[in-house]
Amino acid sequence: MDIGDSVIEVSGLRRRYGPEGDKGFEAVRGVSFTVGRGELFALLGTNGAGKTSTVELLEGLARPTGGRVRVLGHDPYVERAAVRPRTGVMLQEGGFPADLTVAETVRMWAGITTGARPADEALGMVRLADRRDVRVKQLSGGEKRRLDLALALLGRPEVLFLDEPTTGLDPEARHTTWELVRALRAEGTTVLLTTHYLEEAEALADRVAIMRAGEIVTAGAPGEVIGSYPSRIRFAMPVGWFVGDLPPLAELGVSRHEENDGRIELQTHELQRTLTGLLLWAREKDVELEGLDARTASLEEAFLAIAGEAGGSSRESAATAAGRAA
Amino acid sequence: MAATTGTATGATATAPRSTAISRVVALGRAELTLLGRSKTALYMGLMMPAVMIYAMHSAVGAADLDKTGMSVAQVTMTGGFGFVLVFAVYQNLVTAYVARREELVLKRLRTGEASDLEILAGTAVPAVIVALVQCVLLVVAGVAWLKLGMVERPELLLAGLVLGTALCILLAGATAAWAKSVEGAGFVTTPMFLVTMLGSGLTFPLEIFPDGLARFCELLPLTPAMQLIRGGWLGGMSAGHTVQYLVTALVWVALGVFAVRRWFRWEPRR
Repeated sequence: MDIGDSVIEVSGLRRRYGPEGDKGFEAVRGVSFTVGRGELFALLGTNGAGKTSTVELLEGLARPTGGRVRVLGHDPYVERAAVRPRTGVMLQEGGFPADLTVAETVRMWAGITTGARPADEALGMVRLADRRDVRVKQLSGGEKRRLDLALALLGRPEVLFLDEPTTGLDPEARHTTWELVRALRAEGTTVLLTTHYLEEAEALADRVAIMRAGEIVTAGAPGEVIGSYPSRIRFAMPVGWFVGDLPPLAELGVSRHEENDGRIELQTHELQRTLTGLLLWAREKDVELEGLDARTASLEEAFLAIAGEAGGSSRESAATAAGRAA
Repeated sequence: MAATTGTATGATATAPRSTAISRVVALGRAELTLLGRSKTALYMGLMMPAVMIYAMHSAVGAADLDKTGMSVAQVTMTGGFGFVLVFAVYQNLVTAYVARREELVLKRLRTGEASDLEILAGTAVPAVIVALVQCVLLVVAGVAWLKLGMVERPELLLAGLVLGTALCILLAGATAAWAKSVEGAGFVTTPMFLVTMLGSGLTFPLEIFPDGLARFCELLPLTPAMQLIRGGWLGGMSAGHTVQYLVTALVWVALGVFAVRRWFRWEPRR
């Protein structure tokens, strides 16, 4: 493998809070991935999946309990002085003195940052220039997030860690942030992003990894991840008709079906074939499929399928496994 | 160039690296701004030492100072250094460290280029400045107004002041771990306050205590620094005592470094 091309390397990463045994909690359980230069990598997962615990290890805020992290070829915890001038970090939750103004905060951060941008430039990038004399405590949640982003970008970092950068932003500010992140990426900045907005990952990421219970359960380009999950067709059978009246489901390419109060859901990896077969059958039998809805898998569906497994439903797991095998 | 987002690699390679000094100055400047905006911190740091020194002046007057060979003014003004250290440095810094930790400022700072030591030092800058100014005022007032006489051994006074300040910063860092909130900071500092005020010679010189008690009090954290300050200003301290106090103070500083490394918390408890 060409080390020069991977900016972030993580292997067998573990992070444990508290002591061994039941009293402690292992939040990260053997996570491995690499991020190449200029790549935008998104870590997805529900709350508590271990995203922030993982990112904090990459940022060098804590020492892993096991495994290895390299950022730009260095251990971000031990070789802090070598890594920090080249990284920019936006934590999940702020961290600025409430009684400083926006401009004072940027000035302070510029004083501890190599090659800092001018304050006006940094604030202009996140559209906060007109708020420069406002105290941090008077900013809205979204404005605080944008200030945080401005500081993460202050030192023109080669690697940017963004932990839920758009949480709390209104849709317009979110799209502004997306444009900014795209522009940075276009200039060669490597970005590691966590989010629970799936459309954010779909819109920005070159590759995604979905975490659950401290492990990466699926990873790849958004298209690949989505491709491993089935499309869905939903409808209701009219009174007097039952699932058993449909043509043999396997022949239609259905990998799984579910019936709930007369509502039927079919899962398939061949949406067009299954849908054609179903509609031809309905025309032949003159059956009205009420509320017919067919959709290709999205990252959201992949995500929900994975999150659904968290409950330990064996049926879901079996179905997902079957879906992947198909 | 200025209007673009800037390339990732080019700028960092050519820009001069931020230095430890520049980082501590930047952090200290921000912290000084914050001190100016906090009424509580200003009151604690500026008013309390003056109020306590005035109050102690009357209390000391009632004590029997014959054994000590010191006047009321001498005891009060040298004890004043202790009040400055305890209120302006220790109390204010416990509050500052707790506040910055709970606001997640410390955690955020650790993602940047400043080292842990620089973050702690930068936060302490205004407290140290305030304390130094007040100590200078104490000497000026003592010499010019109360006719205490010039400082006999400035190097000892300075050594006591430096060690006392360093120790108060370290103890503040160690104490901050015990407070969950800024409100709690007032509570966790009480033991140190009482012990230091009564036992380290801030109010009453150790010489008026019975021998056993006095010897015990000499081992308290701030006593050696106070004795060095007193001996430095008023003179008459033997070489043996000087070494004893210097060593005890250094041992306390070492314990303080250990305590901060062991217990200082950089983010709120989850």
